[in-house]
Amino acid sequence: MKPAVHDYTKAVLDWRPFITPVRLDEATPEQLQAMKITPANKKVSDYVLVLAHDPESLLHRSPLFNGIMYGKDGLDRPGRELGAIGASIVNRCIYCLAVHARHYEQTGGTAGVVDTIFQQETSARLPEKEQAIYDFSVALSAFPPAATDEDIARLRAVGLNELEILDLILSVSIFGWANRLMHTLGEPIPAA
Amino acid sequence: MTNTIEELGGIEPQSPISALLTRRAELIALTEKSRQAVLSPAESGGLTHALRALIAVRASERLGDEVMKDYYYGLFSACDDFYDFAGLVDPDTTPQDAWLAAVLGHADLLTRNPRSATQKHIEELRRAGVEEADIVRLAELAAFLGYQARLVAGLRLMEASR
Repeated sequence: MKPAVHDYTKAVLDWRPFITPVRLDEATPEQLQAMKITPANKKVSDYVLVLAHDPESLLHRSPLFNGIMYGKDGLDRPGRELGAIGASIVNRCIYCLAVHARHYEQTGGTAGVVDTIFQQETSARLPEKEQAIYDFSVALSAFPPAATDEDIARLRAVGLNELEILDLILSVSIFGWANRLMHTLGEPIPAA
Repeated sequence: MTNTIEELGGIEPQSPISALLTRRAELIALTEKSRQAVLSPAESGGLTHALRALIAVRASERLGDEVMKDYYYGLFSACDDFYDFAGLVDPDTTPQDAWLAAVLGHADLLTRNPRSATQKHIEELRRAGVEEADIVRLAELAAFLGYQARLVAGLRLMEASR
């Protein structure tokens, strides 16, 4: 059995479940619907097959997640990804960090930001705008009352408008959800 | 119509934040459906609606959110079998029953300190007789509450700092 990955990485990882995934050939119509399984699309990850144990939650969370991370207008993609990274550092979700570190860099995120975060974790020193986004994300993730109106004032000061701040809150929050599934129901392993 | 997020966030109808949320109406609607899916699902498995509401009350306390706690206490005390769990509202209380203790303990871990969760915790749940599907249901519930608490806390900050 491959050892689990415990260190931060931008490499592509696999995910090994702690829970027996639902078997596709035994899935109920409700589970198939929640997994978006159609005759044309039968590809599904072990992560989704584990979550299919609770199809009612999965049915709504998948489009919610996609809408928050990939929705049109508002906060740009690197901003949303940096919120995801802040949450995932607090919750130490290695798999989430690998995916969203890559997304951050591939969608035009500032060079060096991910590497600095991997080295300095929650106390990372970043350029002014990234610092404001990251510090707010870390505070809200650690303990909601730890985020303050000063954090919001800093976001406004570095140029985020109200809709962009809302999008950041949504991104950080949805990773408060995703990290608690991904990091606790399985573990990352090197890709096959 | 006011939704749970606006209610918990203290967002006034017609306010600027309410108008902002209208631009993300689809996401707020999915948030409402998600809340129903984890708090009062059609298929609740081994986690009754009363137990789910109890977990939400305890988690709200841990998350430092009195408004959420009051909201979920209202939901909890409206459940038929809430007296079964009446002594367990304080998150520092632990029940005698091994299955229930394992479920509440794991919910608390996911709320407070998910980073320390390991495979060992899943094995402990199994040993206490918690079904695999219920482990997933429990994770979704605790994780949703983490999402909701951060979303409403963020909205309150936006509203308060205008």
